[in-house]
Amino acid sequence: MNAIILTAIWGVMMMLGGAFIKSKTTPKYLAIIGLAGILVANCMQMNSGTAFFMVDVKDMLHFNSFNLTFINVAFGCTLLFFLLSGRDIEKVGENVSEYFALIFFILCGVAIISTFNSLVMLFIGIEIVSIPLYILTGSDKRNLKSNEAALKYFLMGAFSTGIMLLGIAFLYGGSATGSFYIDNIISGNAPMPPMIAIGLVLLLISMSFKVSAAPFHFWTPDVYDGAPTVFTSFMATIVKAAAFFAFVRLFENAFGSMHQQWQTLIVILIAATLLIGNLTAVFQQSVKRMLAYSSIAQAGFMLFALFALNNLAKEGLVLYAAAYSLASIGIFAILIKMKDYTIEGFNGLGKEQPLLAVTATVFLLSLTGIPLTAGFQSKFFMLMAAVQTGQHIWLVIFAVLCAAISAYYYFRIIQAMFFKEAAADAVILTEDITPAFKILLLITAVLIIGLGLFPHFLTNWLYF
Amino acid sequence: MNQNIWITFPELLIWFPLLAGLVAFMIRKENVVKNWAILSSLITLGISIVSIVYADNSKHFYLNNVSYFWLRYLGSNFTLGLDGMGHMLTALTAVAFPLIFIATNRTSYKSANAFYGLMLLTQSGLMGVFTAMDLLVFYFFWELAVIPAYFLCSRWGGERRIQATFKFFVYTFTGSLLMLVGIIYLYMHTGPSANADHSFSMNAIYAAMLSPAEKNWLFWLFFIAFAIKMPVFPFHTWQPDTYEQAPTSTTMVLSGIMVKMGVFAVIRWILPVFPDAVTRFDNIVIGLSVIGMIYASLIAIKQDDLKRFVAYSSIAHIGLMCAAIFTKSEIGLQGVMIQMFSHGINIIGMWIVVDLIEKQTGTRKISELGGIAHKAPVLTIFLVVIALANIALPLTNAFVGEFMMFSGLFTFNFWYAAVAGLSIILAAVYTLNMIQKVFYGEANGVTEKIQEISFNQKLVLTVLVVMIFFFGVFPQPLFDVTKDTVLNIITRLK
Repeated sequence: MNAIILTAIWGVMMMLGGAFIKSKTTPKYLAIIGLAGILVANCMQMNSGTAFFMVDVKDMLHFNSFNLTFINVAFGCTLLFFLLSGRDIEKVGENVSEYFALIFFILCGVAIISTFNSLVMLFIGIEIVSIPLYILTGSDKRNLKSNEAALKYFLMGAFSTGIMLLGIAFLYGGSATGSFYIDNIISGNAPMPPMIAIGLVLLLISMSFKVSAAPFHFWTPDVYDGAPTVFTSFMATIVKAAAFFAFVRLFENAFGSMHQQWQTLIVILIAATLLIGNLTAVFQQSVKRMLAYSSIAQAGFMLFALFALNNLAKEGLVLYAAAYSLASIGIFAILIKMKDYTIEGFNGLGKEQPLLAVTATVFLLSLTGIPLTAGFQSKFFMLMAAVQTGQHIWLVIFAVLCAAISAYYYFRIIQAMFFKEAAADAVILTEDITPAFKILLLITAVLIIGLGLFPHFLTNWLYF
Repeated sequence: MNQNIWITFPELLIWFPLLAGLVAFMIRKENVVKNWAILSSLITLGISIVSIVYADNSKHFYLNNVSYFWLRYLGSNFTLGLDGMGHMLTALTAVAFPLIFIATNRTSYKSANAFYGLMLLTQSGLMGVFTAMDLLVFYFFWELAVIPAYFLCSRWGGERRIQATFKFFVYTFTGSLLMLVGIIYLYMHTGPSANADHSFSMNAIYAAMLSPAEKNWLFWLFFIAFAIKMPVFPFHTWQPDTYEQAPTSTTMVLSGIMVKMGVFAVIRWILPVFPDAVTRFDNIVIGLSVIGMIYASLIAIKQDDLKRFVAYSSIAHIGLMCAAIFTKSEIGLQGVMIQMFSHGINIIGMWIVVDLIEKQTGTRKISELGGIAHKAPVLTIFLVVIALANIALPLTNAFVGEFMMFSGLFTFNFWYAAVAGLSIILAAVYTLNMIQKVFYGEANGVTEKIQEISFNQKLVLTVLVVMIFFFGVFPQPLFDVTKDTVLNIITRLK
């Protein structure tokens, strides 16, 4: 509860404060301080149950160590994102404190969709996340691509929200007791009544939109490409991971007992997402677009949590959220500093800025899933979860072959950075790199390797 | 646990090169970093020699085995251990690196600190592979040994290095990922460990409960990964390109030691885990190996590039090792053990000679060379000895191993042995042909300016030649060290 209310309050304060604060850099510090405070408050609730606000939520929200840990991961990654890319948020436009306020609202939504226990809260949470995102996507007002992306995102988002609402209505009508609570919708593994089945498929479609699983991924590359790169970084990592968490939470609690009946749908989703995401990423020339497709490909791996729905899968999902967010935030933070977003733009970075290149390599190796990085552990957990079910081993083999394809496009950047020379007079970076930025990148890289060696430091929190 | 021991041999063998590598990254001066690399690799060699003195696991178990808690709740502990095969291969790794560093001392590299740092990291990764006694730890090192090698080949190699190395990486990465699926599947069928429902430890994996059908397809997931690394026909296509494009010192590591990872892994992780599947598929694997031997030997005859020549001859030798493993005979396995060591020594010698010729003449084309014997008689003598070892002439180290492997193959099936035997003749053809063309005949414009080799190189080649003859005449130490592994494997197979 702390997290939800405090993010909302802080968001409102930042928004109002924008009218009085003239300095462009102050909002960033306010945001960092606020988020750090909220993180502490959330940890307090997790450790000792300290709640600052006594609100009777009528069991519409559920707080346990599992989803509180996820909130910690999401907020922690956002904090890192603020620290790494805060200066770039300032550069997007005039209304700096509004951007931060919108991000706080999104975080509020993230906290709701990680804890919801009722379909109504899910719907509200998804809306709270989505609407600020539409604005952020279009925040580069003078840029045509940004406007196009925002409109596209809005239309697609509105469409999928409509589908979700329809699905919720069907579930409400189809459930025996007429209830929005997710654990009351069905009981047992009886064959699904038609109303429930329709509701389930509609929810599956709308959630697949949100996590950009194929074949509902078409908006992703355009939106990720058009939005200002800082916000793409946020969208592709924290928001996506939160949507996944909600996806898994919904399907586990609402339809978990009928897992066998809808598992095939997930299998199709996984296979399509992995194949399309990886194959299309191979052909991209722009790193930003490539990362958009790679985020689709990574979504394919995260979908394994839905496929398996066991403890390993849930641990794996939190680990995946952390690993993927850390690595992507890092690589986006470096990308923002680049002058040229094509792969050739990275040529010679290893010589010019060795530390940037080395940390970028760690992030890319983590995204590929090389041992010693968090990315390996998260993929490993997902594959273990899938194998534990004992079904569809072919899908696991297919997934690792897709991971091998992913090495191709991630390693192209590594090759460009270290093994290719920049043109003699080429300017690689747009600005000077501050020591603070380097240290933060280094910390991110160390975190990734730390999680790669000792993933249980994170997963153990889930069971306190 | 024995309280008096605070560090064990496998730990030293992994951590010391790792630390030395990290230190090397920080040394800016090229000369200093070169000397540091030589010094630290000599220390590693020292550690390895001492470890062999204490190799007897019945007396010195706690010196050779160690286990830390790691991913406890998954049933994986950081378990390292040295058995006979581990001792032999860590010794090979420890011997090879100083020789490589000394022999290529004259070569100058751009950003030498990174080069030597990565070389030492590779050494650490290789040591990890050879000492891992936990399947997940093994997988970690298996992948990690390749990463520095990838950077070495892509950064300092020849003209087409980026593509060639990437091909190598994608091949091995795909193989490893398939193996990862196999590892997870095996793990899910192991018994409970202290803190988890399953376990990755070697004994648990050996005891995994699997149906014959499951063993059959799991066998292939593992075997493909190892076959790519060895490489066995038809998974060998990355190898000539990579050997040709990689910087020669890295090629020495790749061909001398890294291919042994594949051979080693088959013996450690396939034979004891899937004995029935091994019996079932032995004809296919031996067939492929024998085809690969003949095929690679025929191509070696036609090669004009010295590096590709050595690469193909190496495929032929590895093919024999793979075939001998799958005969499941004691003599064949024992031969493989000897040959792993001998092949490592011989091929490093070959590369040193090739490197010398290329550095001095600027070409690797056999057709452009000739008459080196007049200009550099000492070099020629060394090369002839190494080349004769390469074709397994009696008195050389390779003879012992090859003889035993052929005996194993012969007891398994006469026809395989007969066809594989052709490769000996072919090896003689291509090796002698190469010696004749490169070293004898008239000196031409290219070889005119060739000089006699330097002291460093003489030293290294002398060490190699001494080892060739020593183990050719007196292979007993190698038998003694590796005997326990062979016997263990054979009992498990029965």
